[in-house]
Amino acid sequence: MADPMHQFEVQKIVDLPDFTIPGLGTVDMAFTNSTLAMTLAAGLVVLLFAIFTAKADVVPGRLQLIGEGAFNYIDNLTSGIIGHEGRRFFPFVFTLFLFVLAMNVLGLFLVFTATSQLAVTATLGAITILVVLIVGFARNGAGMYKLFVPSGVPWYMLILVTPIELISFLLRPVTLALRLFGNMLGGHVALKVFAGFVVSLGALAAGGGLGLLGIPGAAVSLGGVVALTALEFLVAFLQAFVFAVLTCVYLNDVVNLGDHH
Amino acid sequence: MDPQAAKYIGAGLATLGMFGAAIGVGNIFAGFLQGATRNPSAAGSQFTNLILGAALTEALGILAFVLGLLILFM
Repeated sequence: MADPMHQFEVQKIVDLPDFTIPGLGTVDMAFTNSTLAMTLAAGLVVLLFAIFTAKADVVPGRLQLIGEGAFNYIDNLTSGIIGHEGRRFFPFVFTLFLFVLAMNVLGLFLVFTATSQLAVTATLGAITILVVLIVGFARNGAGMYKLFVPSGVPWYMLILVTPIELISFLLRPVTLALRLFGNMLGGHVALKVFAGFVVSLGALAAGGGLGLLGIPGAAVSLGGVVALTALEFLVAFLQAFVFAVLTCVYLNDVVNLGDHH
Repeated sequence: MDPQAAKYIGAGLATLGMFGAAIGVGNIFAGFLQGATRNPSAAGSQFTNLILGAALTEALGILAFVLGLLILFM
């Protein structure tokens, strides 16, 4: 049976000279298939939105409607979760959503999924939590401790609650990265395994005799691959949406720090 | 015990963690459906919370799967 993990191997397309950062070590620079997938995704998003906004009109045409639909979807999300400050964070959330969606969907059409690399999702998670922290400290300064100290809790409970809140805050970038990575990795591994069944059952049927039972087995596996691909399209959209929603929720936590109840 | 055999057993045990995630996600959707059938007009406004809750719960199941892969291949 074919190895399902081979598809995730990063291969160099163009090897660039190595880059030495003093103190950190040598960075092996190269243009890899992962970089190519990310470039294609970014280029696709820019191209699509250039097409959508090409003939901008007060009464939108069909292409403009698609662009406006996507814009409104995420705009309602940020305004609904963050409030009236939401507009300021909309460009960041929209970019994140579109980039993750493009990488996920491109992985279903082409050979390589950029978001199935932990490096890519960890970077996205790190960027998101950096934005949240910078916005939080810029707005609240020393008042950030209120994130971990919920109001109205007696002091003897605070000793237990504050470390738990602190740890769960520090886990946010980790779960952001691992959620996207695990979903994309798991989906593509399952697809490869079922596709491997088709080939191995077909090879079994080629042997003849009782092996002819392999043909209906291969047909069922092929149906499984089709169904799984449909599910993967849903998961691709859902995971991009969830990344955007969680970014909005974390931003809301720091932006509206003193405001609730 | 052969380390490779131990890895296989470990990876298999790690996937048992998905039981809890599956029950959790089922609970969330069950709650949403009960609420939506009793109060259909309020259902639309809670759809975002539904997806958020399901993603947070499913993440823990995904973490179990990733740990299994980690044990198996590293």
